[in-house]
Amino acid sequence: MNHEQPQFSNFKMIRALGGVGILCGLLIVFTYEATFDIIKEKKAIALEKAIYDVLPGSSSKLTFQVLEDGSFKKTEHVEEGKTRVFAGLDDQGNLVGFAVEASGNGFQDIIRVIYGFSHEQESLVGLKVLESKETPGLGDKIEKDEQFLMNFVALDVKLGPSGKELLHPIELVKPGKKTDAWQIDSITGATISSKAISNILGKSSQVWIPRIQKNVQEVKDQVQ
Amino acid sequence: MSSSHQIMDTDTFIKGLWKENPVFVQVLGMCPVLAVSNSVSNALAMGLATTFVLIMSNTLVSLLRNFIPKQVRIATYILIIATFVTVAEYVIQAISLEIHKALGAFIALIVVNCMILGRAEAFASKNTVKHSILDALGMGFGFTFALLCLGAVREILGSGTFLGMEVFADSFQPWVIMILPGGGFFTLGAWLLFFNWRREQKAKKGAAA
Repeated sequence: MNHEQPQFSNFKMIRALGGVGILCGLLIVFTYEATFDIIKEKKAIALEKAIYDVLPGSSSKLTFQVLEDGSFKKTEHVEEGKTRVFAGLDDQGNLVGFAVEASGNGFQDIIRVIYGFSHEQESLVGLKVLESKETPGLGDKIEKDEQFLMNFVALDVKLGPSGKELLHPIELVKPGKKTDAWQIDSITGATISSKAISNILGKSSQVWIPRIQKNVQEVKDQVQ
Repeated sequence: MSSSHQIMDTDTFIKGLWKENPVFVQVLGMCPVLAVSNSVSNALAMGLATTFVLIMSNTLVSLLRNFIPKQVRIATYILIIATFVTVAEYVIQAISLEIHKALGAFIALIVVNCMILGRAEAFASKNTVKHSILDALGMGFGFTFALLCLGAVREILGSGTFLGMEVFADSFQPWVIMILPGGGFFTLGAWLLFFNWRREQKAKKGAAA
């Protein structure tokens, strides 16, 4: 038997781990509860600001939930797992356009963006990256490069005669080679990241633009 | 309080800042040092978050030092550290979503910053609460100082800015490599070289005197 070192009983070990565990649990739950509303509000404000950024001229928004049959329903709270789309309104309450969230694989991780679509101009009128972990100094130019962002001031997404697909799908071209309104100039040094943006927009617009155009009148009715 | 006590208190605080600086002398916690020092504001936020976790974990470990049997001490310390990291993550999110976005995964990785576990094990588990807080403050500020040293060099050379403000005329072409991982290693190496050189000079002077 070893009498030199104080021996801790099994009970003391369990008491220490259990006690600290309960204390830590309480601390985390308390912090979570205390910050939950603040974080939620901050996220909502950030999203609202992004919507106004990608839809120039808008100053208020309405949220629409996409129903099973593809139609839009005005709602305050979107059900979990359902897709949503935002309608931006100007000061007089007229419909300016729609803001759509989209995401896809970037160079490092998922890139999440929101883009504005003007149903009158039939083009994308703004793009903002909500979340990305692209390489600082290279890939993250997709968020900052002014010339690149100019691509999304008026990116043509007219529908074809069938109304079910784009007349000219969005296309990525080499830097400075843009000739048509549906093309995106890529960035030197951020080729993969600009390609990712082009892919995200390409896929999302093929789905969303026909869907939105079909519902414009309905949304206008619900806005009034 | 006697003056020898006060000297000890100041010593406990100062040693982390300089003589035993966790980054430049002990070379601990390199993961966040290299990853989040690409700008001054990121470095500052990371340094302060780490300092917060360090102070809280040192306090609690020191408070419970007679309650925790040594067989389960590591498990308990990690639990305590992980808790305060989670708390820090929520608080940072509540303060600013931008800072939270910039620090990304590295907030969660404060848990595995060996400097924090090191201080719990080497200092807080053997010392009073007051001294443990002083130790945490010293080490935390020392860590923040080191991150700022790296962050300043990397941001100025890599982006041509300091805290987001332009420091050079338009003619300066930023060295992009400095904000990439390679630049982090290079800058850290340069700072370590400088600190070791200084220490050597000091030792030489001491030997000559």
